[in-house]
Amino acid sequence: MESSDVVIVGAGIVGAAVARRLALGGFRVTVLDRGASAGGTSSSGEGNLLVSDKGPGAELDLAVLSGRRWAEFAAELPAELGPGFPDIEFEAKGGLVVATTATGADALLAFADTQRSAGVDARPVTAAEAAELEPDLTPRVAAAVFYPDDAQVQPSVATEALLASARRHGARLRQGVTVLGGVVSGGRLVGVDTTAGRFGAEHTVVAAGPWSAEVAGNFGVRLPVLPRRGTVVVTTRMPRRIRHKVYDADYVGAVESELAALQTSSVVESTAAGTVLIGSSRERRGFDERIEAAVVGELAAKALILFPFLADVPVMRAYGGFRPFVPDHLPVIGPDPRLPGLWHATGHEGAGIGLSVGTAELIGALMTGVEPEIPAAPFAVTRESLRKVTTG
Amino acid sequence: MSVDVLVIGAGPAGLAAARAARRAGARVVLLDSSDVLGGQFWRQPLAGGSDADIRALQHKWDRFVALRRVLTDDPDCEIVTGAQVWAVDRRDDAPPVVHALVGPADGGDRRRRVFVPRALVLATGAHERTLPFPGWDLPGVYTAGAAQAMAKGEGVAVGKRVLVAGTGPFLLPVAASLLHVGATVVGVVEASSWRRIARGWVPRPHELRPKDLMSKSAELGGYVRALAARRVPYRTGAAVLAAHGDSRVTAVTVARIADDWTPRQGTEQRVEADAVCVSHGFVPRTEIAISAGCALAADGSVRVDEEQRTSVPGVYAAGEITGIGGADLALAEGEAAGRAAAGRAGGAAEVARHRAFADRMHSAHGIRPGWKAWVGDDTIVCRCEEVTAGQLRTVLAATETRGLRSLKLSSRAGLGICQGRICGRNVEDLLPDAPLDPGRTANRPIVVPVRLGEIAAPPVEREV
Repeated sequence: MESSDVVIVGAGIVGAAVARRLALGGFRVTVLDRGASAGGTSSSGEGNLLVSDKGPGAELDLAVLSGRRWAEFAAELPAELGPGFPDIEFEAKGGLVVATTATGADALLAFADTQRSAGVDARPVTAAEAAELEPDLTPRVAAAVFYPDDAQVQPSVATEALLASARRHGARLRQGVTVLGGVVSGGRLVGVDTTAGRFGAEHTVVAAGPWSAEVAGNFGVRLPVLPRRGTVVVTTRMPRRIRHKVYDADYVGAVESELAALQTSSVVESTAAGTVLIGSSRERRGFDERIEAAVVGELAAKALILFPFLADVPVMRAYGGFRPFVPDHLPVIGPDPRLPGLWHATGHEGAGIGLSVGTAELIGALMTGVEPEIPAAPFAVTRESLRKVTTG
Repeated sequence: MSVDVLVIGAGPAGLAAARAARRAGARVVLLDSSDVLGGQFWRQPLAGGSDADIRALQHKWDRFVALRRVLTDDPDCEIVTGAQVWAVDRRDDAPPVVHALVGPADGGDRRRRVFVPRALVLATGAHERTLPFPGWDLPGVYTAGAAQAMAKGEGVAVGKRVLVAGTGPFLLPVAASLLHVGATVVGVVEASSWRRIARGWVPRPHELRPKDLMSKSAELGGYVRALAARRVPYRTGAAVLAAHGDSRVTAVTVARIADDWTPRQGTEQRVEADAVCVSHGFVPRTEIAISAGCALAADGSVRVDEEQRTSVPGVYAAGEITGIGGADLALAEGEAAGRAAAGRAGGAAEVARHRAFADRMHSAHGIRPGWKAWVGDDTIVCRCEEVTAGQLRTVLAATETRGLRSLKLSSRAGLGICQGRICGRNVEDLLPDAPLDPGRTANRPIVVPVRLGEIAAPPVEREV
């Protein structure tokens, strides 16, 4: 039997960030993944580090904390990992949210007001200022808000970078290892049984994204995480004409929505490589991997509302993935009192790339018994808003 | 018109499928992205070719002409050329919904058509596989298929002094075509040794019907005679290890290679040439099949049963996408698939007979792992994104990932305009361990690049 202080289930961005934080804190860490590193949700999104889509509350606090950590990490990383490591493409480019209708404008400006009261840098800009920020933007701007603190990373490379850093501090990664069940002794989870044998650990952290409910189920614990499907399309390379992250104002509503049916709203941005990423759709229909022409067509149509010039740009790729959806739209972070030894770091829906490093801070503080920088209670699995789905 | 059977691809397999489905009474729509029928095998100039060109460049031409005439004259077979399938929507237990754009690809007014067929025959063929070597990205290095297409489609030779290299029987017709359009072929270099070719082709000759053997021999013999008449050297057990030149190819290094294709030190020779045509076999074009939900075999081809049924009800596959086997096999499979798609049985025996040839070809000419020794750290593997083998190795060492998806995103290999069609298999082969997510370079939900404006239009009426 192999033994460590902590076993982390999932080598996506959250597992990677937690592994790094705990390894730095002196824990002996083993990360297990049934597939390859960065092979699931972490490599199926856009790499958003956003405050613009979050209203006042616990998730915004976590986003702000995470934003600070990302800036530090991006600065430390090249020296730590050396020049051979691919660039994580961290860019604090800022986000521009655009409403093209009067109703959308009112809702956007009211939302930005509440954000400002919570300390977010949310700057209403005129149509002329928006055109200066984004010269190719549609002239039909009813209202626009600029968020200088929105940033971006290449999520797959960022995951690998966090894992590599964790390894440098002693963490071990085992890919292609599936967790089959928990080892319980004296009412406490003391390890996991896997396809590669038994791994003993004082703490087991579930960071399996949309597959977290299945992993927790192996330990006999109910966890209300469901897959919410998304599709992103990618254009061919071109000279950079889109400078910031640009969203239509519907995006916030779609993120907050409870609906299972297809919703799309535009998130358009250029990548370091010169492609343009266009998201994002949201649909709850299980782990159904198919990508449909109607979804791609709707994403295209919405993107053209923001940037009409894209009509002549070829799209060459579409990819889909599953976000870990929790009914009350907050991640689940911290120990699970129903089974001592079990921890959760999951349920970040579409915000996991951004929130990963803040999540790691919370777990690190809680595991060492230190007061976290922001309150952890809102993320507890025992919270009232999840009671119906975690009990019984 | 209602669509009983939709056929995608109008090469030998697709044409045979459309014909067989019509014979069985089904209403057929036949789609092809090209402006003319025939696929790569019967590629021809838009304006048609001279009789002399056709005799020299085409094989089984009479069969093509007959198929084309019957289908073109048939009011219950709608032929749609210039039709690019760009996406298919998988349905549960039914053929997928097929989305096409019809019209010139560079024109601004392609028409969207959406088909909901009762049965679907996929005959999308294959694209060429080329192994990388130092200098393969120089102007003047072509795939053998590109050289063949220019000879057949435009009557143009890719160079004056041309070397043809790689593996497989396809090298022979390419060399013959180049001769016909006026090039000097300075040599044909086949990677497999005579010993291996003989071991692949000769055993158990009683399993092959004399008629088939004669037909194959006559086809290959014709090419060999054409090469011999022009004194074209044919070498086996050798490979092009490098192409040289500043702005374009001026010479290549040819060397002997072992049975596993590892180069033999000290056997290098320099050959002057202004063009090199390379082919190391073919990769099935499976994008549409994968999106439709069809299960694949271990080698990446579409798995079919003896009546060409895929794992998806109502979806059939024929020709190179079920495994590379040449035109005779494609015609037989197309026939069986078309008949089965229209609800009739039969045709399996014919397929099995031709499949025997295909199996022999693979054992005689399949790629061997020693090719990786040709590839230096500076050799570009992914041409779209200019990723070298050295960069791939560095990223693998740095991340220790065992996932192709992560490797792609970290190295950018396979993320360019060809979406891994050219480099995908080569990248997979260069990994020291089998990836934990195999096949992820073949999954391409957007089948070909399409302009956002073309697909953003509101959905069009479905043709059921």
